Amino acid sequence: MLHNISETALTPEYSGMIKPIESCVHCGFCLPTCPTYSTMGDEMNSPRGRIFLIKETLEGRMDPSEIEPFIDNCLGCLACVSSCPSGVEYGELITPYRAWSESTRERSFTEKLQRFALLKTIPHPSRFRAASKIAHFFKPIARHLPKGFGAMIELAPEELPPKHEFKDHYPAIGPQRGQVALLIGCAQQALAPRINAAAIRVLTRNGIEVVIPKSQGCCGSLAMHIGESKEACRAARKNFDAFPTDVDAIITTAAGCGSGMKEYTHLFAGQDIEEQIQANAFSSKVMDICEYLDQIGFIPPKTNDSAEIKVAYHDACHLAHAQKIRSAPRSLLQSVTGITLLEPAEWEICCGSAGSYNIEHPDTAKELGRRKVANLYDTGADIIATGNIGCLAQIEFHSKDKDTPIRVVHTVELLDEVDRKERC
Amino acid sequence: MKPFLEKLRQLYPSDRLYEDNARLTPYVSDGLTVFREKPIAVVMPLDSDEVVDTLKLCHEFCVPFVARGSGTSLSGGSLPIDEGIVISLNRLNRILSIDPDNRTARVQPGVINAHVSAAVTQHNLYFAPDPSSQSVCTIGGNLAFNSGGAHCLKYGMTSNHVLGIKVALPDGEIVHLGNDSLENVGPDCVGLFVGSEGLFGIALEIQLRLLPIPESFRTILASYDSLEAAGEAVGTVVASGILPGAMEIMDKLAIEAAEAAVNAGYPQDAEALLIIELDGEAAAVEAEFTALTAAIEQTQAKEIRIAQDNDERLLIWKGRKSAFSAVGRLSPDYLVQDGVVPRSKLGEALKEISRLGSESKLRVANVFHAGDGNLHPLILFDGKEKGALEKAEALAGKILRLCLKLGGSITGEHGVGVEKKAFMPEMFSEADLDAFKRIRQAIDPHEISNRGKMLPGHEAPALSHSGPHPLEKAGIISRM
Repeated sequence: MLHNISETALTPEYSGMIKPIESCVHCGFCLPTCPTYSTMGDEMNSPRGRIFLIKETLEGRMDPSEIEPFIDNCLGCLACVSSCPSGVEYGELITPYRAWSESTRERSFTEKLQRFALLKTIPHPSRFRAASKIAHFFKPIARHLPKGFGAMIELAPEELPPKHEFKDHYPAIGPQRGQVALLIGCAQQALAPRINAAAIRVLTRNGIEVVIPKSQGCCGSLAMHIGESKEACRAARKNFDAFPTDVDAIITTAAGCGSGMKEYTHLFAGQDIEEQIQANAFSSKVMDICEYLDQIGFIPPKTNDSAEIKVAYHDACHLAHAQKIRSAPRSLLQSVTGITLLEPAEWEICCGSAGSYNIEHPDTAKELGRRKVANLYDTGADIIATGNIGCLAQIEFHSKDKDTPIRVVHTVELLDEVDRKERC
Repeated sequence: MKPFLEKLRQLYPSDRLYEDNARLTPYVSDGLTVFREKPIAVVMPLDSDEVVDTLKLCHEFCVPFVARGSGTSLSGGSLPIDEGIVISLNRLNRILSIDPDNRTARVQPGVINAHVSAAVTQHNLYFAPDPSSQSVCTIGGNLAFNSGGAHCLKYGMTSNHVLGIKVALPDGEIVHLGNDSLENVGPDCVGLFVGSEGLFGIALEIQLRLLPIPESFRTILASYDSLEAAGEAVGTVVASGILPGAMEIMDKLAIEAAEAAVNAGYPQDAEALLIIELDGEAAAVEAEFTALTAAIEQTQAKEIRIAQDNDERLLIWKGRKSAFSAVGRLSPDYLVQDGVVPRSKLGEALKEISRLGSESKLRVANVFHAGDGNLHPLILFDGKEKGALEKAEALAGKILRLCLKLGGSITGEHGVGVEKKAFMPEMFSEADLDAFKRIRQAIDPHEISNRGKMLPGHEAPALSHSGPHPLEKAGIISRM
């Protein structure tokens, strides 16, 4: 698309925004897969509409404050990237734009407080645990609180599993095939430590030595995707120091973290050259657990259990759209005896979790959550598998009112050699 | 305008009436972004009554309007009108009824083309018109532009699949055109409405004809060393007496772009690719397949591939249908053309387009419905280069004139819109144009329904960036 953005208007860290604008031909192929367009039905809440609005803003024809609501409405699910024939990397526009506009943005006190609360609790497991307990007491009055806080409290889990301590190092079982470092994650560590425990078992049984750097922290994706790039950089730097560079891969079991860490290159664009090199080196090592297992040649668990289970696979947006990983988890699941894979309708539409979106935009998030759960339940599955803790929690939350809620697990849990009966 | 807007505000709540800059801006263009015009308002009706009330208001205040679906027009058909409003029909998106026995479905205009087939597939039926944008474009837009698609070679355009229409005329009066069954008496009013580019009002309900899903498909890819050779192969296939479901050609640039977009598995060393699909009863398709392979052997095909299963077949089509947008990967800007030539003149036309392209020093990608001679040259240019858009526009004009010279048409399926309006007097005589105008005025005396589209006259729309339109500079179009 033609534009008149002056090349001097953007500092180096933001100049990457021009390319996606130039590549967009405004054909509209992104419309049907965009969750906000499909629920709201208007152009400013569509990918091409947002691209146009950002273009106008960067050209100086509009004020950033005018387009705020439509930029905020975007879940950042990147379904538009999957459906775009012209190859527009929308993620390389929306994330830097959010950071670019944040510096001039005036937020209300409640908004600031909410963002502060988010960034200071979710990425810190101990605080997250404490906050969940506090939230529990506020549940009866949740609906009287400002929307975002209400949603935070409503979404807070009833109870958390016991704290899980990970060792620094897990040796490979049998002949060693590789060595990886594992990102334990932040919210996931509090909500479902069972996922990383399963990942460690699957990796070590496949001959992979697993290192868990002690001083690691949150990957910064949450901050990055809401325009808090400084906070994101701080988190990334901490992990640059914490993670060894001589491993085969840096593994994550959360799609959101994986996609964020693969974006470090863009996060550090235009900054100190040493850090850019470090960011590139780190990003190039990052792999999703399924991506890695599929690449090394996963050895499925041996079992004498002949029970058949029907698994509906839910594509996490940050795995399918952002990292373009769709076939690896499917082929891994299909390699396990007894698993029949089912595909829900509207695979490309986001479940509404989207990082902190279900807290900041609870209404849209709920509509999408219900829609996703309906599609998943329509498959008649015994169990739902997905690759992201956010999706997992969102699907569980919207299954609450079902007579018999279907269990939701991470893909790697099904690859773990556990008793079949436990699975369903 | 104030009293009009005040009344409009009584009709719509603020979340379905957009008047602010940020909400109006994304509506300034459709799929053809070189033309931009800001409407005074966008409204989002929820039902037919709201559409009718809006039209009555427009009629009373003489305010022009344009109906808009997904905004995918490549000719500026849903470009807003200066001092006019946009009526967005996206929420009139219900399939009202399906009658599998009579093979019909009744739909609202905002229903997406592909959703019709998805809704009736359980009855083993589908809606045949398949424009490349079918996953996005709406039935209302298909009606307005009499959309085609790859398979209209065998099955015809949208007009062949519309039985009846409930229309709100530009003054809000409701009329019923055609009826619910396959037979009709009297003049073909449905035929008049379909393809009228929104000049005669807004379709509120559309009775569609459905077809049984073909029992069997055979999809063949044949690659050639030149575009001309592929063009000539089309003639050979037709002469053999076969009527394929679709016959499409893509040239090297289009193949490269589509391959990058969807990894369709097209041969990468081909200068041109001919896609032929046979469909119908299994036994008939097999017999045709034998005849087709024999026919293709007579051509200079250097490689023939056959889709091995339905997934491969769908991927071939996904690549073909993504090709326009995928060309965005090769060039920051391009113009899509839509001229038609008689099938026998395909080779000649392609050769001349290639010559004109090199003469203008512009790259031209070709991807088109070869079976019905509907060319889609995509003229690639870089809008940042001074004078590039003008140069591309000039080449587009030459190509359209070439089509007319060869006995064809300036548009096959994208419509005239604003883009090709200036060429109407070259295709039609003054008497023809006068007749068009009189029909239009009989239905819409104030010319408020999609004013400024298709028929010459009325102001040219505002242009995107830099001063007047090249056609304006050339004195072909003018603003009042």
